[in-house]
Amino acid sequence: MNRKSRSFLRAARRIRLAAAACLACLGLSAQAAPTPGALTGLAGDFSSRVAAIEALGIDGGDDASRVLDALEAGKLGVWKDQVYILGDQGIFDAASGEKTQVDPVTVETITVNNRIRRALSSARAAIALTSGNPAERLAAANTLNESPSSALLPLFGRALATESDEAVRAMLVLAAARIKLTDADPAVRRQAAQDLGAASDAAVRNLLAGLLAKTGEGAAAWVEPDVGVREAAAASLRAIDRRIALAETTGAVFTGLSLGSILLLAALGLAITYGVMGVINMAHGELLMIGAYATFVVQNVFRQYFPEWLDAYIIAAIPVAFLAAALTGVAMERLVLRHLYGRPLESLLATWGLSLVLIQAARVTFGPQNLELANPGWMSGGISLAAGVVLPFNRIVIVFFAALVLLLIWLTMQKTRLGMFVRAVTQNRAMAGCVGVPTARVDTLAFAIGAGVAGLGGAALSQIANVGPAMGQGYIVDAFMVVVLGGVGQLAGAVWAALGLGIVSKFLEGLAGAVIAKILVLIFIIIFIQKRPQGIFALKGRFADD
Amino acid sequence: MQSRRSFIKVCILSASIAAMGAPSGALAADTIKVGVLHSLSGTMAISETALKNTALMTIEEINASGGVLGKKLEPVVVDPASDWPLFAEKARQLIAQDKVAAVFGCWTSVSRKSVNPVFKELNGLLFYPVQYEGEELEKNVFYTGAAPNQQAIPAVEYLMSEEGGGAKRFVLLGTDYVYPRTTNKILRAFLKNKGVAEADILETYTPFGHSDYQTIIADIKKFASAGKKTAVISTINGDSNVPFYKELGNAGLKATDVPVVAFSVGEEELRGVDTKPLLGHLASWNYFMSLKNSQNETFIGKYKAWAKKNGVPNADTVVTNDPMEATYVGLHIWKQAVEKAGSTDTDKVIAALSGQTFKSPSGFTLTMDKTNHHLHKPVFIGEVRADGQFDVVWKTKAPIRAQPWSPFIPGNEGKQGL
Repeated sequence: MNRKSRSFLRAARRIRLAAAACLACLGLSAQAAPTPGALTGLAGDFSSRVAAIEALGIDGGDDASRVLDALEAGKLGVWKDQVYILGDQGIFDAASGEKTQVDPVTVETITVNNRIRRALSSARAAIALTSGNPAERLAAANTLNESPSSALLPLFGRALATESDEAVRAMLVLAAARIKLTDADPAVRRQAAQDLGAASDAAVRNLLAGLLAKTGEGAAAWVEPDVGVREAAAASLRAIDRRIALAETTGAVFTGLSLGSILLLAALGLAITYGVMGVINMAHGELLMIGAYATFVVQNVFRQYFPEWLDAYIIAAIPVAFLAAALTGVAMERLVLRHLYGRPLESLLATWGLSLVLIQAARVTFGPQNLELANPGWMSGGISLAAGVVLPFNRIVIVFFAALVLLLIWLTMQKTRLGMFVRAVTQNRAMAGCVGVPTARVDTLAFAIGAGVAGLGGAALSQIANVGPAMGQGYIVDAFMVVVLGGVGQLAGAVWAALGLGIVSKFLEGLAGAVIAKILVLIFIIIFIQKRPQGIFALKGRFADD
Repeated sequence: MQSRRSFIKVCILSASIAAMGAPSGALAADTIKVGVLHSLSGTMAISETALKNTALMTIEEINASGGVLGKKLEPVVVDPASDWPLFAEKARQLIAQDKVAAVFGCWTSVSRKSVNPVFKELNGLLFYPVQYEGEELEKNVFYTGAAPNQQAIPAVEYLMSEEGGGAKRFVLLGTDYVYPRTTNKILRAFLKNKGVAEADILETYTPFGHSDYQTIIADIKKFASAGKKTAVISTINGDSNVPFYKELGNAGLKATDVPVVAFSVGEEELRGVDTKPLLGHLASWNYFMSLKNSQNETFIGKYKAWAKKNGVPNADTVVTNDPMEATYVGLHIWKQAVEKAGSTDTDKVIAALSGQTFKSPSGFTLTMDKTNHHLHKPVFIGEVRADGQFDVVWKTKAPIRAQPWSPFIPGNEGKQGL
């Protein structure tokens, strides 16, 4: 059935083309595609131009495609109400495709702006509806469904008559129903309202809600006079509302989760350095920055030497970012912090100074500009839920990346010898030293791990936020907030605090706007720390008294 | 040991040569000092560094063509470090201590507001090169950037026109400070005047440096689904623009569905962005780098050569933008005014500035208004191209006179001149 209908379609097209060719031969060029009316429209004013593009899409055919291609490339020009294609080899007449002797200087190019581009994309979609590839047809039907115009209705009818793919059919039925909602016949309208129940689009929802409105008092005041249509619309509306509510809740939880994962990546490294060593590292943000800059360098190396592998640069950047930040961490610890243990105020000031040095170093080396980091192809776009809620791939990847980093840190801390040493030093430095743990080396390694994890956070942040010399400054406050809220020296605390803060601030942002939400979160944290200074989770046991 | 001693000797020698050279510099009153007051560090360094470069480039250009009144210009560059009170301090230093003839500087409105009293008190001369919210007119300040009616209003008119997509619903999105708040106040009044209902305007703000635009984009999508054509007017300032546009691209909100027109995003800001998802989003300015005319070609060529010669980072990809053009024009009309006045005396120069004209890189001849200290400027609306430049899709036929006091804010009637 499937194959048969498609071959029938192809045959029909062939016949149409042949017919058009015959007519053209007979001098009846009015029937050939593209219609000259559409072409002269292109030479006219703005609105006739848009109408002409639409007409070209409905006409279809190779000639129409050629004209649309030229228009999109900015190679369609007008001179004396005639439309020409500006090719590399000369000026061609748009209707016949023949080369002409028009002076290129006099031809005025048609400007392509958003409005034209929108008309172009629906015209192309209209042409693609007859494509042999179901995926292409589905994409086309999707595009047409976004802004169906009544001129397209016959086209939908034709396409539905031959379409065999279920998904494409469903989309076409929706698109057609949106137009039929204003039909004169109540039965057609009722069917359309019923069909629209399958939609999950807020625009359709508003369309249906509009039918159920009243313009005044009394039975005659309904926007939709027919009771049957109104009932169908109300039923569809309920179905759509359910779907939209579900999608919106999912979207809201996801944005909170995503913000939480970012906070976690920014704060994990700090949870280690601050928790283990009690060093208030004000240069933590700059370690994030170093991770992001390392990612940038890797991207450029890939652009230069392995352009065919460019999409994989982020994978290669992960170890580089870790090492770059870890090495900086080792240098910081060995050269500066080592001499300041047990003097928190001095180490705070010293690391603050270091952060300024690092910012200025980045500014001198890479310039004060923000750097351009492109998302790899597989991290662009997103999963589309109902009602226009989109879960972007880059954020999904980062949520999983945060979970992975967390797992690795947990394994390192709980299952390795080094992790055991680190925990021992955290709990009781003097006693650990007594039983032979090399506390100085453990300090360096722990700081290196903390710094390296910050580098990983930087690599992840580079995919969604600004990469510039001062980028770390924006995260340092958030990172400390997470660590302090979660309880110093606790990984689990940091996780709960990051996710909690993420979801609470996104929830508040939805209610009160971004500015107020930020203030409310800070007030919440102040109150929380007053009531429970040890954070969500407190260290238990004798060492907690330190 | 020997080498260290000789190194010290060389140092002493060079120091004494420098000391000998110094009096000749002080003696020569044959230079005119010009102050450059732009942040070279801190958050605004991103934007303002390029303006400092443009000012130095223009001073070099003026010196190469013989200077002003037969004297060479001598730039005095200070760094107010994106710290608003420090702007006032540095401005005082430039006028009172360095005795500069004029100052070219400031970017944010808050920095301008902080230096205004200093220029008034010491009777200095400031050229301010950035588009701003208006509602101000100082005797000692010349505004070479756009007033709202030279940028914001034409952009909204374009969005409402058929060519612009016929927008009926508007999201006013901005960073939370004086420029976006004032601009949106004017735009709200303007839209109301055009018959747009209160329910069709969504006004929302984010803090400085906001980087998570997921919720806001979701709100915009919801707002846009009401069946009327929707457009976003963005007064987001600084580097928050990058996460905003990235989120916009990822959420699949294309310019053909919901166009975003921005007033603070230009070529320089787009250098930090992957522009592929931004195709077709709009900006409204009085100059674009992509404009084709001979003045612009010269301007771009000169700036690129200057950047290369002076080792600006990433010199091969430098771009020019609207505030840079305004800085360039400002220096030139100041030079012309000084020559007309025959002196650098502030009051004489202010008098001579009115009516000065200059053929600018925008391709138009700009005129300094006779009464309101603003330039008459042409307006261009551009769509973002894949290479981070703009395609001009609409422009005014002639330069427009500035209205620093917007007629859409009550109480401004009759407040047009000084």
